[in-house]
Amino acid sequence: MTVRRIAEILEAKVSTGEDQLDLEVNAACGADLMSDVMAFVKEKVVLLTGLVNPQAIRTADLMDIRVVVFVRGKAPTDDIVDMARENGMVLLSTKYSMFLACGRLYESGLRGGGIRDIA
Amino acid sequence: MKLRFEVGGEDFSLAGRASSELKRALSRLGVGPELIRRASIAMYEGEINMAIHAGGGDIEAEIGEGRVVMVLRDEGPGIPDIGLAMTEGWSTAPDRYRELGFGAGMGLPNMKRNCDEFEIESAVGKGTTVRMVINI
Ligand SMILES: Nc1ncnc2c1ncn2[C@@H]1O[C@H](COP(=O)(O)OP(=O)(O)OP(=O)(O)O)[C@@H](O)[C@H]1O
Ligand SMILES: [Mg+2]
Repeated sequence: MTVRRIAEILEAKVSTGEDQLDLEVNAACGADLMSDVMAFVKEKVVLLTGLVNPQAIRTADLMDIRVVVFVRGKAPTDDIVDMARENGMVLLSTKYSMFLACGRLYESGLRGGGIRDIA
Repeated sequence: MKLRFEVGGEDFSLAGRASSELKRALSRLGVGPELIRRASIAMYEGEINMAIHAGGGDIEAEIGEGRVVMVLRDEGPGIPDIGLAMTEGWSTAPDRYRELGFGAGMGLPNMKRNCDEFEIESAVGKGTTVRMVINI
């Protein structure tokens, strides 16, 4: 699924990375605690999070995650947008809650993927 | 090549510097993305733990023949039960850190999972030392 399609489904605003909307992602991960992201995500995905702070961007960068969606209508502050731009990421904001945002993407065919087996 | 960092307590703007610089150094050396990701995650989790749980500490990372060795040393409160601390989901992080995105209780297990060697030594009232090795 392209980032453009994700933005449409979530009726999202693009804060930075407009030039990368044709990027393809195969999977999504929703989390507010960054260690959960680092525990479960393996391959390139879109991260949905309610955590709007520099740590979210830093975690995404370490994980080579190129697309971050802030849920529940939270808009990133300028320092966060700058940080994401420097790292070449796409930032989206959607008014949908985590549950609804994940549900809408799932319904449209995006899956979890990139997840390690849990014992 | 040796890298040294100081991590401040409660200082999250700087926490992450060691992992970012390690990431940069490894990619300059042409190390593959999967190994870089593993090293960065282990280092970042360690940095955050020192900032949140120990009031800061020192980090030494050595990139040598076929391996990265990371040693994180702090003089924080120490860990009374390391077995418990290594359990996925176990955390003593106060709620205000959860609002910042920490406290899943996944940091130490993430560090161990991403390393080829992982040792942790801790004494209550004295501090904690973590040694991690990743073969590159
Ligand atoms: N350097 C340290 N000094 C003192 N206690 C520590 C240290 N590192 C970890 N701990 C203890 O071990 C627990 C588990 O650590 P771990 O990193 O797995 O989870 P966390 O830091 O609580 O949450 P997360 O890492 O998922 O954000 C911590 O809650 C804390 O009690
Ligand atoms: Mg931790």
